[in-house]
Amino acid sequence: MIVGRGFVWLRRIGLTALALFVLVPLYAIAITSLVPTTDLDKPFSWWPDDLTLAAFGDMWSTIPLAHYLGNSLVVTICAVLLVLATAIPAGYALARMHFAGRRLLVGALIATQAVSGLLFLLPLVLLLGEASRRSGVTLIGSYPVLVVTAATFALPFSIALLGRYFAAMPADIEDAAHDLGAGPLVTLTKVVLPNARPGIAAVALFAFALSWGEVLFTSVLSDSGTRTVAVGLSGYAGQDAAIWNQLIAAALLTSLPLIAAFAVMRRSLVTGLGTAMGSGE
Amino acid sequence: MRRRTTLEAESRWLPYVLLAPVAVCELLVHVLPMLLGLVLSLHKIDQYTLRNWTGAPANGLDNYRRALGPGAPIGADLWTAVGVTLAFTVLVVGLSCAIGLFAAVMLSVPFRGREIVRVLFIVPFALPAFVTSLGWRFLFERDDGAVNHLLVDNLHLTAHRPFWLVGGHAFWAEVLVTVWRLWPFAFLMLTAALTTVPREQYEAAAINGARSWAQFRFVTLPTIRPLGLLVVAVLALWTFNEFTVPWVLFGAAPPASASLVSTLVYREAFGTLDVGVAAATNVASAVILVLIGYLLVRARRRTAVVAR
Repeated sequence: MIVGRGFVWLRRIGLTALALFVLVPLYAIAITSLVPTTDLDKPFSWWPDDLTLAAFGDMWSTIPLAHYLGNSLVVTICAVLLVLATAIPAGYALARMHFAGRRLLVGALIATQAVSGLLFLLPLVLLLGEASRRSGVTLIGSYPVLVVTAATFALPFSIALLGRYFAAMPADIEDAAHDLGAGPLVTLTKVVLPNARPGIAAVALFAFALSWGEVLFTSVLSDSGTRTVAVGLSGYAGQDAAIWNQLIAAALLTSLPLIAAFAVMRRSLVTGLGTAMGSGE
Repeated sequence: MRRRTTLEAESRWLPYVLLAPVAVCELLVHVLPMLLGLVLSLHKIDQYTLRNWTGAPANGLDNYRRALGPGAPIGADLWTAVGVTLAFTVLVVGLSCAIGLFAAVMLSVPFRGREIVRVLFIVPFALPAFVTSLGWRFLFERDDGAVNHLLVDNLHLTAHRPFWLVGGHAFWAEVLVTVWRLWPFAFLMLTAALTTVPREQYEAAAINGARSWAQFRFVTLPTIRPLGLLVVAVLALWTFNEFTVPWVLFGAAPPASASLVSTLVYREAFGTLDVGVAAATNVASAVILVLIGYLLVRARRRTAVVAR
């Protein structure tokens, strides 16, 4: 693209304005976590007189934060693995194989994206309650239920992305592997997957972000033993006695893994999305 | 050609094996509950019959009448919420795409510090929605919040401190937070889309004397158009069904100006325990969404035909 003087000035002004739009609220939120608890009643100031890191230490005892974080880790890691284990074969089947019911599957996947999660949540709670009553196994509040629901929400997008990503990869190598006698599963694991890292990384990141921040379903489907950090902190924020500097400190700490993952994986995310989206239509 | 047929014969059952785990998850979490939701919407299920819902009596279209009738107390709220949700969706999607496209184009040409800016711009989207909403809720506090401090104490734009989390302004607070959170998604997707624009096309356009704007208008836009429409569609679905932002910003009962269909359904389902009516509202809102999507696709086809 040709870059004129007008473009350079537009870029300078536009990007500065956007950077402020992102940074100023972030700064204002972050500075709150450094204000001493005794100063929380004072009006907001851009440069608070006293700053302290105490909130980052105190939060561990005010909120069962370590417990929440542990639950979030268990649920999120299992959900990401489940998404990869199910979406990779499904995406490969969509990209490379012919089968009856294909349109039905794609249609159903799109349909699930069109309706609010609430439509599923309510009947799901009733179904799980009924299943628990009949089987005697407590389902609501259990890890497997949280993992499967969290994973399923990431599935439609993950399958679509991986399907398009695999379709965009040249089929020659797979044909060659087949000619050499490799079965479809060997071809998938040994030939396709090593070349599909950006696409898989994009999907893993998407599933991680979705599961880590999920509030609606987890608030209803978890109990005090399995409560995740997203639900725990949202609930704590609703209490009148909430101590906001600690709350914000905990929220920022909770966001760190995600921000780090996005920052580190930004390039493969763009490559993965670009390959998947450039595959025509 | 022979090779192709053996592969297909061998893998006649294989696609189903590969798809089975997905099918099980979708069936359990999406399909079965969705069907049950349809059934629930035709039954009288409230706080009294909830404990034994399998035996609840059918009541035909009664729930729909109560949920949708403009004269019924819930129906009146619902149609207001539908209007608010539509305005909210149009504003958020429009603003997010405009900002995202602008940033993606500005950052498509290398310059010093580009990588830092790109990472910075992803941060609002990388933050979990509940963290963003919590933070903004604190900034929006009327007496001690940063927003009013900036508007009233620093910039002196108004003499009186406006309320942001109650009353009419709540809608704008909700729009601002959602745009702040979602525009990086448009930015990210459109950045990826821009990588698919062939460099030769820019060169050809340059040889023909096209300046920056003309290149953007006649090379960049047509190439990223299909992906841009995908971004619009995804953002529209997310925004129309947005729940976390209003739920964290305003709590269980958002002000009327900021009540979305999703918060209304949540209130009916988990607040007043009017499960049948909530299910009916849900079905109706899904139908509205599908209808709008259908009309948009049809309108797009028509303009495409006209353009051709």
